Amino acid sequence: MAKVVSRIEPDFARQAYVVEALKGVGIVTRQFVRNIFGRKDTPTVQYPEERKPYAARFRGRHRLMRRDDGQVRCVACMLCATACPANCIGIVAAEHGNPDIEKYPTRFEIDLLKCIYCGFCEEACPCDAIRLDSGIHSVPSMTRRDQKAGVLNLMAIGAPSIAMQGGEFKAESHGGDSH
Amino acid sequence: MHITGNLLLDTILMAAVKMVGFVFVFVMGLATVLTWTERKFSAVLQNRIGPNRANIGKMRAGGLFHMIADPIKMLTKEDFTPDTPNPYLFRIAPVLALIPALLVFVVIPFGPGDNFQISGVDAGILFIFGIASLNVYSSVIGAWASNNKWSLMGGLRISAQMISYEVAIGLSLCGIFMIYGSVDLQQIVIGQGTTFWGFIPAWGIFLQPLSFILYLTCAIAENKRAPFDVGEAEAELTAGWWTEYSAMGFAVLALSEFIEVVMIGCLGTTLFLGGWQIPGVQGSTPGIIVLQIGAFILKTLILVWLQLTIRWTLPRFRYDQVMRLGWRILLPLALANLVLTGVVLAVIDRF
Repeated sequence: MAKVVSRIEPDFARQAYVVEALKGVGIVTRQFVRNIFGRKDTPTVQYPEERKPYAARFRGRHRLMRRDDGQVRCVACMLCATACPANCIGIVAAEHGNPDIEKYPTRFEIDLLKCIYCGFCEEACPCDAIRLDSGIHSVPSMTRRDQKAGVLNLMAIGAPSIAMQGGEFKAESHGGDSH
Repeated sequence: MHITGNLLLDTILMAAVKMVGFVFVFVMGLATVLTWTERKFSAVLQNRIGPNRANIGKMRAGGLFHMIADPIKMLTKEDFTPDTPNPYLFRIAPVLALIPALLVFVVIPFGPGDNFQISGVDAGILFIFGIASLNVYSSVIGAWASNNKWSLMGGLRISAQMISYEVAIGLSLCGIFMIYGSVDLQQIVIGQGTTFWGFIPAWGIFLQPLSFILYLTCAIAENKRAPFDVGEAEAELTAGWWTEYSAMGFAVLALSEFIEVVMIGCLGTTLFLGGWQIPGVQGSTPGIIVLQIGAFILKTLILVWLQLTIRWTLPRFRYDQVMRLGWRILLPLALANLVLTGVVLAVIDRF
């Protein structure tokens, strides 16, 4: 059964309109005065000057973490490239001089146009080498080529990791937890 | 050149000084400030920030520089002319809007005496009606020459609306003429200098309250501003009759709308709020005259504020509601007010 909507039949006072209009003017003026003395109701953030902090879980631009000596942490195990649903990670591995490290990426490229910022690479990584926690929003560029972030690019916004290679955390004094 | 003794030249020079002082400094200045006020005011009462980006160096002054930035932008952007068979008519419409809007200030007395009225025309209010009614040509010609169906719809609505409300506004003011016995605006203001019942100033708003409401309603409708902006109606007709105007053409149309806001304020002050009169203050020393001019400006500002608030309070009337309000409510009320005033005046006269 259809719902019957009750209508408010305008009485004479409403139809005369003048009183209702004056009431409206009163409401508007009250809000005006209220906003003159402090903007309690205004939610606007003045963007370039004021910024709201991103949530802690926000996934922004990727960064490649470094070892304590500044080298890239990545061991080119390809787990992130395998996990990536958008197929946007390209890694070319090479042998490292240090036998403890074995491999490192000569090229580590992320096609930011393809990336969906899902964070699977971050979860797949066994060495805490890639993170999406830089807090940088995806950046615009003039050409498509600029949207390929290379290894140096990614390391430039990186920092020494607080994790040990293999999984445990370093002691606070030892680490360079800079973020 | 002998200025002294040359009466004609003196008169012209005096008129020029008054015109520059009143029309170009006060009216145009206030209208320009209103382009900023309209946006900032509406922003504040709607919990928005409003214009605040235009700056000189570090100084932003609450967006006040937008009124300088706007003309610069309007002057430098493309002045688009639509594909119309009448580009000449299209160009002349903003001029036709601006000239009558400015011309009516000629008869407004903004202070005591002839020195504070650009021209003391005897038939002051009739002059205002005559000139102000030319405004409709601007909208209709502009709408028609735009060669755009939205504009044409807006123009049609405006022509009907303005002509309808002209009848009501004329009749609503007749009560004032009957009470003060003149259509000369200076005489009407002088007539409002007395008091009745000992303490209430004999202002038009106290003697003719209904007439004041009718005047304000009809005047806003004449000015085509919300809630009577059916000709613009951006939700239905894009921007209605001024859809095709850009750059300075648009700026002139917008400015003339604000000039009319000031005009409604000035005329309302003159007819209903006692013009330059301050209750209890009489005399003709320079100090008192300055005070009285200040009172005129203050009263005008109050009416301008009232118009802005109404514009941001009430939603737009539908077109049929506008016509019904004009012909079936305002016009009979104006007539009833006229008859009532006549009867009361006759009774007072007899006894």
